[in-house]
Amino acid sequence: MTNVELGLPALPAKPYPEEVHARLAADAEELIGRYPVARSALLPLLHLVQAEEGFVSPTGIRFCAEQLDLTTAEVTAVATFYTMYRRRPAGKYHVGVCTNTLCAVLGGDQIFEELQEHLGIRNNETTADGEISIEHIECNAACDYAPVVMVNWEFFDDQTPESAKRLVDDLRAGREVCPTRGARLCEFKETARILAGFPDERPGANDESGAGGAPSLAGLRLARGETLPGTGGTKVVSPRHEGAAEPRHEGTAEPRHEGAAEARHEGTAEPRHEGAAERPGQEGTEA
Amino acid sequence: MTSAEPAEKLLTPVLSASWDDSRPWTLATYRRHHGYEGLKAALAMPPDDVIALVKDAGLRGRGGAGFPTGMKWQFIPQNDGKPHYLVVNADESEPGTCKDIPLLFANPHVLIEGMIIASYAIRCDHAFIYLRGEVVPVLRRLHAAVAEAYEAGLLGRNILGSGIDLDITVHAGAGAYICGEETALLDSLEGRRGQPRLRPPFPAIAGLYACPTVVNNVESIASVPPILARGKEWFKGLGTEKSPGFTLYSLSGHVTNPGQYEAPLGITLRQLLDLSGGVRAGHRLKFWTPGGSSTPMFTDEHLDVPLDYEGVGAAGSMLGTKALQVFDETTCVVRAVTRWTEFYAHESCGKCTPCREGTYWLVQLLKRIEAGEGVDGDLEKLLDIADNINGKSFCALGDGAASPIVSSLQHFRAEYEQHLAERRCPFDPAASTVWADGPRPGHQSATEREVHA
Repeated sequence: MTNVELGLPALPAKPYPEEVHARLAADAEELIGRYPVARSALLPLLHLVQAEEGFVSPTGIRFCAEQLDLTTAEVTAVATFYTMYRRRPAGKYHVGVCTNTLCAVLGGDQIFEELQEHLGIRNNETTADGEISIEHIECNAACDYAPVVMVNWEFFDDQTPESAKRLVDDLRAGREVCPTRGARLCEFKETARILAGFPDERPGANDESGAGGAPSLAGLRLARGETLPGTGGTKVVSPRHEGAAEPRHEGTAEPRHEGAAEARHEGTAEPRHEGAAERPGQEGTEA
Repeated sequence: MTSAEPAEKLLTPVLSASWDDSRPWTLATYRRHHGYEGLKAALAMPPDDVIALVKDAGLRGRGGAGFPTGMKWQFIPQNDGKPHYLVVNADESEPGTCKDIPLLFANPHVLIEGMIIASYAIRCDHAFIYLRGEVVPVLRRLHAAVAEAYEAGLLGRNILGSGIDLDITVHAGAGAYICGEETALLDSLEGRRGQPRLRPPFPAIAGLYACPTVVNNVESIASVPPILARGKEWFKGLGTEKSPGFTLYSLSGHVTNPGQYEAPLGITLRQLLDLSGGVRAGHRLKFWTPGGSSTPMFTDEHLDVPLDYEGVGAAGSMLGTKALQVFDETTCVVRAVTRWTEFYAHESCGKCTPCREGTYWLVQLLKRIEAGEGVDGDLEKLLDIADNINGKSFCALGDGAASPIVSSLQHFRAEYEQHLAERRCPFDPAASTVWADGPRPGHQSATEREVHA
């Protein structure tokens, strides 16, 4: 009988080396303990094995199956349903360009085209140095910052073809890159570990990049009587029962007092360092 | 705006009121803004009274369907001997929708407080936040905020000495739009492929692990603490009679100042554009969505439709997620609809035939029309396929896929016909980009932006 090569991995997959297995099994136990029913930990476990190898390998699938008393077929069925689980090794930095309608129309299509050309790779491919992989992604809930690019699932807002190319050049050159919303980039595997449910332990990471950019604060600033660019001084009033004479009343434009001035100062002057000093209870596991 | 109208417009920052304060994601800042006072008020009441209060306030779901939140809670059978669960749907993925992510990034504690109140009301001691995986900055803040809440005795055993216990598990998804559908979300949270379940039974009877479960959107739950703290009369004083309260409107696209505008329900797009600087300079509104891509699109004829559940419904669409995506005259509607349809085809879970096969064929047709290769009868075929999906698919994803097609053909059939007749797309995509006319007036450099972060 002829052996037909189907390109499928030989089964059963190899197990992890003993040391790796022991370490991951301890992590898995903690994750499973967070749920009333063990199988609920499957998505976190798949993120966990992805954090180990950079993708979900047959070995990783075998590991998940063993932890949850499932078959590898059952785990594979789940792993292949979700787009964030990679089935082959990819870049240290995973670049996603939103090409859903709004971002695409506002320039995401052009960014994606130019980035592919710049990197010399196509959708779902990785650069030869293993640094960058690229993919077009669906709406990432940041339409008010369009066009949006994600790197390792941190936000790079208001991108242009030039800024996106500069971004990947910086990444490949090993320069530190900070997202517009999110923390200094870590490698994809480290990101996957946060996704598995283990908090980011880098000091200050949680406080980086402030509370949001101009779009997040647009309505609030108008309600405070500030002017947005290009609005020519629109007058905003409080709701009918809150008394037009006192627009700064509860519920409308409340915290203008005390904290605000100092807040501006703190949160603005050096938002990237400020948090490091006084970061509250960051290390705890979430549940 | 006509010159007869007054220039004053309404905005009501409630959930967003603390976002420009110092580190608003921390417990300390949240407390400065009356954080966790709603919880204290709730714990002083019997759980059933909390349910009644939320119901009387008239809070309706902010995730798309608009179902009354208090009623969802009331459906949970009590004294049934089963565990009850609260699951927060933070899988924000509807194209155009961008409210829960900025809310959780700036102020995760308002969600946690709402979850404690809701859990107390429905007698649940283990609640879950199902966050889409692609938003690590938000996951980071949720991890930290939940840890802070545990340290402060707001979670865990005997919360604030009330005798009530509650654990919250933050759960990251892995990339699947369909998991925003509540029963698919529950399957996903159980460690399965995220495919919708047949209803009934509804989650209130057989939800997570076949136990009574409330699934609520982030913004719905986050709206609960202010109601507890300030009372239902205050809440009902905002918005309209049948759509009371405040909500986050997310303005995006070809506008001068995209962003979050928290306002009473019932504001119009015209008002929002007036106060925010309007459509980008030199252009005019062509079409827009009131609540994400799954809600039938509107045109400039609908600028004065009150953006509440009834108003948008009466005008032939849905309030949805209040994702106001604005497109100007440079945008090809066929291109926009094709892209949305590709999205639905990609995200169709494959469980039911009308959606799985229908979205595939819609994409084939739309792509060839957009490329100028459409043939006579394609538009009728599009409508026929859309009709075979709408109302005949297993869940609302299929209905959503039909919406942009049917509504765009209703308003812009001539543009489709132009693609067929001229055998090309008459639009230049370069004209639609944000950099087409030079830097936009509302655009700020990163450095400038940090000043307000």
